[in-house]
Amino acid sequence: MATQASRAAARAMLSPAVVLLLIWMIVPLAMTLWFSFQRYNLLYPDRAGFIGFGNYINFVATSGFWEAIVNTLLLVGGVLAITVIGGILIALLIDQPIWGQGPVRILVISPFFIMPPVAALIWKNMFMNPSNGLFAEAARFLGLPPFDFLGQAPLASIVLIVAWQWLPFATLILLTALQSLDSERMEAAEMDGAGPFARFWFIALPHLARAITVVILIQTIFLLGIFGEILVTTNGGPGNASTTLTYLVYKEALLDFDAGTAAAGGVVAVILANIVALFLMRAIGRNLDA
Amino acid sequence: MARAVPPARKALTTALAWAVGLLLFFPILWTVLTSFKPEPVAVASPPVFLDFDWTLRNYQDVQRQRDYFDYFQNSVILSLGSTILALLIAIPAAWSMAFVPGRRTKDLLMWMLSTKMMPAVGVLVPIYLILKWLDDMITRRTGIDVGLDSHVALLVILTLINLPIVIWMLYTYFREIPGEILEAARMDGATLRDEILWILTPMALPGIASTFLLNVILAWNEAFWTINLTVTDAAPLSKFITGFSSPQGLFYAKLSAASTLAIAPILVLGWFSQRQLVRGLTFGAVK
Repeated sequence: MATQASRAAARAMLSPAVVLLLIWMIVPLAMTLWFSFQRYNLLYPDRAGFIGFGNYINFVATSGFWEAIVNTLLLVGGVLAITVIGGILIALLIDQPIWGQGPVRILVISPFFIMPPVAALIWKNMFMNPSNGLFAEAARFLGLPPFDFLGQAPLASIVLIVAWQWLPFATLILLTALQSLDSERMEAAEMDGAGPFARFWFIALPHLARAITVVILIQTIFLLGIFGEILVTTNGGPGNASTTLTYLVYKEALLDFDAGTAAAGGVVAVILANIVALFLMRAIGRNLDA
Repeated sequence: MARAVPPARKALTTALAWAVGLLLFFPILWTVLTSFKPEPVAVASPPVFLDFDWTLRNYQDVQRQRDYFDYFQNSVILSLGSTILALLIAIPAAWSMAFVPGRRTKDLLMWMLSTKMMPAVGVLVPIYLILKWLDDMITRRTGIDVGLDSHVALLVILTLINLPIVIWMLYTYFREIPGEILEAARMDGATLRDEILWILTPMALPGIASTFLLNVILAWNEAFWTINLTVTDAAPLSKFITGFSSPQGLFYAKLSAASTLAIAPILVLGWFSQRQLVRGLTFGAVK
């Protein structure tokens, strides 16, 4: 049983972390909210004042707002589809008895450790470049015209790059979950005549359900904030073809210096992320009780 | 018991698994190879795989033209510094939540996690303005750089954004240490200080080490705040690499050398921390 003294000590040890996180959460968020109702351009700081929902109206009316929402959903959805399905397949493959499982794991997990702008630049230049990239070389070899990935299909190309970075994460987590599956149940099912597909569908997949949920939710949190990849590949273009919500706010704030409108955009992003977070917290919270 | 698998089948799955692994790894391998090529070879058509005059010139050029080591140094300072700071704050917090849990501990943990979900763009404007203001108020007057493009500012931000993950990871590790040992020590008259120094720390060290490792990786690869809030003085490798985003003539080999230099240290650390990665990034939900 904890004594009075140790309770007091525990509280003292906990408070720096709590206070710091409280400040970190409340101060900037409150300021963002405040700025979102102010006319405030960093170039004309004297022209300030309350303008109600003007910034929100501005932000929604920005050319490319709806496009950015759609792009954000496509980016998140596309990457999730590729990484979850690909992750399940690769995890099932590596979980089989194979020679050199350790080295294969290392090969598969490696892309996750690559800094986002590095990953994006490698793909942009050495693979997707329409004149010197390896994809162009492959097309030439096959007698096809080279394809300008980032010019013709900017968003799809970014989805591909981001999926390459996150596929290892999904694979690793699903593999970890798969390895905790009771092999006796699998064997019993096999004895009872269940084929590999039935075993996957009725035993492995339900067992993976929670891990899949966690992968989807955590990736969504990170994917909503994708920035470095877009910055170094397309700058959100051509036009607004690869501008996401995050990137649009960045453009308003640091390229157009419109702090007010950017703050309004930030609030929109916070609301969007909170909807996702709500589900994630529930999934993780349930596990705490277990 | 492992089931007996026909060797032919095992050979087939092995080949398939290695093919997938090599395919995913190929962009990294290709980058490392290209970094040793002379520039014309790097864009040769058809591409050259291994048969070229290996050179270290690109690495020398990258250092000479862009002062790689300045950025590298900043990356080390920021990732190690912010990790150590976060650990100093998180170890006591996680310790107290794991061993002296109160009624609100669970709510507190969930709340800490929720601060991690705040999208960075949501607070970009105020953070930028606060740092600008600090520049005017403190840096200009005292010469102590705490505003935009300063180590202090970036250290604080990186510490705070990773603090929830660090606390969570440590908490899941600490919770696995049996509380009975602590009670036994208390019965023998150990003080709180003895408990922490001589019993808890040795048992918690592996968990702390893994947390350290994962957090260094996360801080090293952080690319939103470091890119937006630094120029040169505090700029780490993420900023360094964005300098290569517009092509400049023949530059693939140099880009590859710069990329290799930016990712090599962390890739090696990452290989050692795959297990902890799952635990840290799922907040203990998948082990």
